[in-house]
Amino acid sequence: MNETVKNTGLFAIVAGLIVMTGFMQSWNSAILIINMGLISAIMAIGVNLQWGFAGLFNVGVMGFVALGGLAVVLIAGDFTPETWSAGGFGIVLALLLGATTVAAAVMISKKMAKGRARTVAMLAVLVVGFVVYRAVFDPNVAAVEAINPAAAGNIGGLGLPVLLAWPAGGLLAAGAAWLIGKTALGLRSDYLAIATLGIAEIIIAVLKNEDWLARGVKNVIGLPRPVPYEIDLQNDPSFVERAAGMGLDPVMASTLYVKLGYSVLFMVVLLVLLWMAQMALKSPWGRMMRAIRDNEVAAEAMGKDVTRRHLQIFVLGSAVCGIAGAMMTTLDGQLTPGTYNPLRFTFLVWVMVIVGGSGNNFGAVLGAMLIWFLWVQVEPLGIWLMQLLTSGMAEDSALRDHLLDSAAHMRLLTMGVILLLVLRFSPRGLIPEK
Amino acid sequence: MDFLNALVALSNFVLVPAIAYGSQLALGALGVTLIYGILRFSNFAHGDTMAFGAMVTVLVTWWMQSIGISFGPLPTALLALPFGILGTMALLLFTDRVVYKFYREQKAKPVILVIVSMGVMFIMNGLVRFIIGPGDQRFADGERFIISARDFKTMTGLKEGLAIKTTQGITVVVAVICVIALFWFLNRTRTGKSMRAYSDNEDLALLSGINPERVVMYTWLIVAALAATAGVLYGLDKSFKPFVYFQLLLPIFASAIVGGLGNPLGAIAGGFVIAFSEVTITYAWKKVAKYMLPESLEPSSLAQLLSTDYKFAVSFVILLIVLLFKPTGLFKGKAV
Repeated sequence: MNETVKNTGLFAIVAGLIVMTGFMQSWNSAILIINMGLISAIMAIGVNLQWGFAGLFNVGVMGFVALGGLAVVLIAGDFTPETWSAGGFGIVLALLLGATTVAAAVMISKKMAKGRARTVAMLAVLVVGFVVYRAVFDPNVAAVEAINPAAAGNIGGLGLPVLLAWPAGGLLAAGAAWLIGKTALGLRSDYLAIATLGIAEIIIAVLKNEDWLARGVKNVIGLPRPVPYEIDLQNDPSFVERAAGMGLDPVMASTLYVKLGYSVLFMVVLLVLLWMAQMALKSPWGRMMRAIRDNEVAAEAMGKDVTRRHLQIFVLGSAVCGIAGAMMTTLDGQLTPGTYNPLRFTFLVWVMVIVGGSGNNFGAVLGAMLIWFLWVQVEPLGIWLMQLLTSGMAEDSALRDHLLDSAAHMRLLTMGVILLLVLRFSPRGLIPEK
Repeated sequence: MDFLNALVALSNFVLVPAIAYGSQLALGALGVTLIYGILRFSNFAHGDTMAFGAMVTVLVTWWMQSIGISFGPLPTALLALPFGILGTMALLLFTDRVVYKFYREQKAKPVILVIVSMGVMFIMNGLVRFIIGPGDQRFADGERFIISARDFKTMTGLKEGLAIKTTQGITVVVAVICVIALFWFLNRTRTGKSMRAYSDNEDLALLSGINPERVVMYTWLIVAALAATAGVLYGLDKSFKPFVYFQLLLPIFASAIVGGLGNPLGAIAGGFVIAFSEVTITYAWKKVAKYMLPESLEPSSLAQLLSTDYKFAVSFVILLIVLLFKPTGLFKGKAV
C-alpha cells in the first residue's frame, strides 16, 4: 500500500466517523465537530510549525488563542465615541507611557556600563515610570468602566468587518510571541516551555480582570458575524422556498446554512495556511529549520543564526494560533475569558500534533480532526460505557451514582492514554514526517 | 507613627501568610528540582502528583473522621498523611515502571520526557477528577487558630491583631522537618550520596558502580513524599481543589528555576523569594502606611501595586528577570 493511499484512507476514516455522527446524532452536531475541527487543525498547524519544524516546545497555545479572541472584540466590536472621549485615549496614553518606561529601562541596561549607577538608574526609571503609569491609567479606567457598566463598560472596538479581526488576531499573538521569544529562546528548551506556560496564564488573567478591555468575566456577547443570522434567513421568503424545495424545514435549513457558511470560511483559511506551511516546509528555509532542529551545533557551525531563526518560527507559529483563536471567537459570537482552560486549549492541541505526526502538516490536520472528534464523543461514550458497567449494580448504590457522575471526566484520562500510547508505540504519529 | 501596630499588621497580612506559602512552594519546588537533577527533565505532572497525594489523604481523613479517630487539636489529615505518601509512592513507582523507564533506556531527549510527563499529567488529572470530582473539598479539622486576632489584641492591648492559623504553624513545622530529613538523607546516607553523585556526573557515577535504577527509585520515593506533603499542607491551608494544583505548577517551576534547577538549597530559597514577592506586591499597603507615615502623607488609595488576581504574573516576572540576568538561578543550578 503506498503512502498516498494510506493517508487518503486515514482522512476517509475520520470523514466517515463524522458522517456517522451526522446519521446517528444530528447533522448540526456533525457540522459543529467539523467547524471546531477545522479551527483545531489551524492551531495544530501553528504548533506543528514550532515543534515539528523547529523543535520548539510551546505550552502557551491557550494564551495566543485568547489574544486572537481579544482581537475580535477590539476590531469588530461596536465603535463607541463616548468611551474614547471619556478615557479611551487616556488608557492608550498610559499604556504608551508604560511601554516607554520598559523601553527606557532596556536602553539603560544596554547602553550604560555595568555597575551600581546602572542599577540605580534602571530602578529609578522603573519606579517613576510605574507611578506615572498608574496615575494616568487608574482614573481613565474608572471613567471608561463607569459608562453603561451593565452592557458595556469597555473601550469597545473599531467597528470594522469581523474578517479583518482574523489577521489582526495573528498580529496580536505574534507581538506577544516576539516578547516572550526574545527572553526565553536561546536558553535550554524547558525554559521556553515554562515561560510560555506562564505567559498564557497571564494573558488569561488580564482578560479576566481588565474590565475596560473586554469586560473581563462579564463576557462580551453579540459580536458581529461574517455569515447571516438564522432568524433573518427564516424571515427571507426566497430562502424558505429553497429550503422547502430541498425538503427541509426553515429552522433546520437556516442553522445548517449558517454552520456550513462558517465551514466554508474556515476551510478556505485552513487550505491557505496549509499551502503556505507546505511551501515553507519544502523551501530552503524549511530545510534550514529542520537542519537546526536535528543538530543545532552543526547548523550554527554552518553560519546559521539559530536563536534568530527560532524566534522567527516561534512568532509565525504563534500568529497562526492567534488567527485560529480569532476564528473561534467569531464562531462563538462571544468572548468568554472564563472558559479558557490550558488542558483544553494547550495540551489538547499538543495531543493532536503528536497523534497526527509531528513535522507533517497533513498529519497535524488529520490529528486535529480525529482528536477533536474523540474529545467531543468520548463523553457520551464514557457515560454509555459506565451505564453498561454499572447496570448490574443496585439502583440506589452510591458507587453507581459516583461512577455515572464522574464519567464526564473520562476525557482527560482518555487523552492522556492516547498520547502516551502514540508516543510509546508510534512516536512518529499517524502520518510520519517524510 | 506607631511602629508596633505597623509591625503587627505587617506580620499578620504579609509575613505569616508568605512564610506558610513559601514553605509549601519550597516543598513543591524541591520535588521538581530533584526530578530535574536525577532524571533530567521538567516534570509537568508534579502539580497533579501533589493533587493525587492530597486526594488520598483527604479520603483517608474522611474515613478516619467517620470512625471517630481524631488528632486532638491538630488536623486529622496529619494522621492520614502517611497513607497519602504511600499512595503517591505507589503511583509514581507505577508510572516510572510503565512510562518513564522505556524512555530512560532509549536515552530519549529531555524534551520528549517533558511531553511524556504532559501525558502523565493528563492521566493523573483525569484520575483525581474521576475519583474525587473537580469541586472544592474541605477536610481540615481541629483547632482553627494557634492564636486568634481577638486574643492577640486583648493580650497585648494593641489595635492590630495577629492571627496565626494552626495550618500555617503546621505547614512551617512540617516543612522544616522535611527539609532537615531530606538534607540529612542527601548528605549523610550512602543512598543520598549516590544520588548526588549521579546528579553531578552520570557517567562517573555509573563507573563507580552506582546502580542507576536504584537511584531513580529512591528519587521517586522522595519526590512522592515531598509532593504529597506539599499537596496536603496547601490543601489544609487553602482548600483542596484539583485545578488549583495544576495552577501551582507555575510558581513551583518559578521557585525551582529562580533558585537554580537541580539545586535543593536553591529550591527552598526560590520558594520563599516567590512567595514573599507575590504577597508583598499584591498586598494593599495602606494599613501599614497608616501607622508608619504622618497623617498628611497618608495614601488615599489602597497603595496596592497589583491586584491579587495577578499573583501569577509576579512569579512569572521574577522568573523572566532571573532568566535574563542569571539563567542558572540564584544558587548555581545546572548549566544551560
